[in-house]
Amino acid sequence: MAEIRRGYVKPLDLKQGRVDMTHGSGGRSMVQLIFELFTKHLGNEYLGQGNDGAVLPAPTIDGKPGRLVMSTDCHVVSPLFFPGGDIGCLSVHGTVNDVAVMGATPLYLAAGFVLEEGFPLGDLARIVESMAHAATDAGVPVVTGDTKVVERGKGDGVFITTTGVGVLPDGIELGGSRARPGDAIIISGSLGDHGVAIMSKRENLSFDAPIESDTAALNGLIAAMLATGADLRCLRDPTRGGLAATLNEIAGQSGVGMMLHEKAIPVKPVVSAACEFLGLDPLYVANEGKLIAICARADVERLLATMRAHPLGCEAAMIGEVIADDHHFVQLTTSFGGRRIVDWLAGDQLPRIC
Amino acid sequence: MKYIDEFRDGELARNLALSIGAEVEPGRNYSFMEFCGGHTHAISRYGLSDLLPPTVRMVHGPGCPVCVLPIGRVDMAINLALDHCAILCTYGDTLRIPASGGLSLMKAKAGVGNKCGDIRMVYSTIDALKIARDNPEREVVFFAIGFETTTPPTAVAIQQAQTEGLENFSVLCCHVLTPSAISNILESPEVRQWGTVPLDGFIGPAHVSTVIGSRPYEFFAEEYRKPVVIAGFEPLDVMQAILMLVRQVNDGRAEVENEFSRAVSRDGNLKAQDRVAEVFELRREFEWRGLSVVPYSALKIRQRYAAFDAERRFNIDYRSVPDHKACDCGAILRGVKKPQDCKLFGTVCTPENPIGSCMVSSEGACAAHYSYGRYKDMH
Repeated sequence: MAEIRRGYVKPLDLKQGRVDMTHGSGGRSMVQLIFELFTKHLGNEYLGQGNDGAVLPAPTIDGKPGRLVMSTDCHVVSPLFFPGGDIGCLSVHGTVNDVAVMGATPLYLAAGFVLEEGFPLGDLARIVESMAHAATDAGVPVVTGDTKVVERGKGDGVFITTTGVGVLPDGIELGGSRARPGDAIIISGSLGDHGVAIMSKRENLSFDAPIESDTAALNGLIAAMLATGADLRCLRDPTRGGLAATLNEIAGQSGVGMMLHEKAIPVKPVVSAACEFLGLDPLYVANEGKLIAICARADVERLLATMRAHPLGCEAAMIGEVIADDHHFVQLTTSFGGRRIVDWLAGDQLPRIC
Repeated sequence: MKYIDEFRDGELARNLALSIGAEVEPGRNYSFMEFCGGHTHAISRYGLSDLLPPTVRMVHGPGCPVCVLPIGRVDMAINLALDHCAILCTYGDTLRIPASGGLSLMKAKAGVGNKCGDIRMVYSTIDALKIARDNPEREVVFFAIGFETTTPPTAVAIQQAQTEGLENFSVLCCHVLTPSAISNILESPEVRQWGTVPLDGFIGPAHVSTVIGSRPYEFFAEEYRKPVVIAGFEPLDVMQAILMLVRQVNDGRAEVENEFSRAVSRDGNLKAQDRVAEVFELRREFEWRGLSVVPYSALKIRQRYAAFDAERRFNIDYRSVPDHKACDCGAILRGVKKPQDCKLFGTVCTPENPIGSCMVSSEGACAAHYSYGRYKDMH
């Protein structure tokens, strides 16, 4: 793909311009969009190769060959811009985290954009810039990508799919099937911030809540946790379906039960309040910058100390323990003194009527 | 969280539990029905039954507007969306209620054959009015369900639509009444079929009484000799109400007591009652899911607001559709059976695939037990 010589083409109009069908048709407009927006902000030596795929060096870790970890995530968030972030940085954080919770060092990202005809180019530029910042901060470059345009009404502004590759050293084995009775369950911080920040800006439901999405790349925190040498069984980021879905997944995979303690679970007062009047449960609300760690009980204190020393883990807390249970229930002792199940979400979390 | 945490204090709960334990008379069993799904939800979510003595049993009543909405009414809503191409506005929970032919509003929204319903979740009638204003070329129907709490906003919406001349707005009215449902539980012929319900008292829903007051229960307490305590929805409210009911039973009293004095008065909200009376009148009869046909238990839109009545406007009639044969919702809603007594519970009927109405909303007795308490059946 040859860069178009400057001066022959009017630059992209980021103030008034909008995505049109030619931006995805394979012609000069598409090339212009790629160079003036994507390459400009996301540019790096691999993306700059301009080939159909990026040629990358064989991954090593500490000079030794490692195993590859690969993960992909589609992002369809509405609204596209929300307090604390936007779809751009979210699409980087989401995939970086999915690779990092496997214990791997995330190395590269690929990004696919589906743009809707009529989408303002200025907004697209903001999204790509935000993506570039997030990628730089996380130290994970976007090395290849693709753009398609769909007709007006057939998309929701912008959809972004990102795929991440990372390298995993021998000796680190994390996975949802490794939780054992007696293990501790740790959360890196308060629950529900992302979901509530998004809901506070939904078209039919805006309310003023001083809350920002927690969207963040967790690879730095995870590297620090791994460096402690603590006996970690599993890391996972509780995104859709929140803490409840993630713990039910792990309980099922490991064939164990879990007992949580409501009092120990960090939830910000503003998130509690928003969930209260919306009829939602913060345990089911999405997070984008939190992780759950299952680890051997003996290592909890030093792991927590390391997590709390990191800006993304300063509210880390042990919230429960893994127990033996043939039914694989996730249960909770309520702050009120009773006990209940924390079940899978049935369908969508819908507000109750009264 | 201020004004919330105070009512969820575990220490106070334990003290209340100790008082209840000390005051129940040895050898005596106490069965209380919490009428409203909000109470059912609070009891399950906070694990209240773990704090009560074994001789105090809470029976989950039919006070969940989603649970008692019969299949035929949801069919009408789906019909309006699919065949009359109206924009159907509804409260969130309603989307998942099972209707005829394996449909629900959620499924109708996704599409049926070559039709696809324009069904929108709203948080209030204000949203529905706005949708009507924004789409003057479309018919917009608000699917109005709920007890006395949600009725005044519907009345105001109809009056507002009339004032504004919003000719494309109408309401599919399915509002139901709390006191008549409680009476029905105690005296309908179906109860005889299942045997007498051993109920010693009722917890009345506070939010309903913020509108209707506590007075409508006075006749009821006297006539049926059953104590009623009107209570809020926080777990401490419920514990306090149980203690008050235990005391009434021990004293042989059958009075209406108000635990929720922070918002409920004897007369309730007279302005709201006036609005409701202005717009609505009693239906001669209304079918409740699980309770069958209950006379004078629901509201319909008065003739003078007929233009805003979707049933008249689209000339649609209610058609009764029987529930699944093996479904025990009727007995469960009356407290005659427990969720786990139903053959379908947890097997074919789950929150993902609800067969009966009690499994639909998280306030339903079956869904609450499935989601929060089923570990008790297995250990």
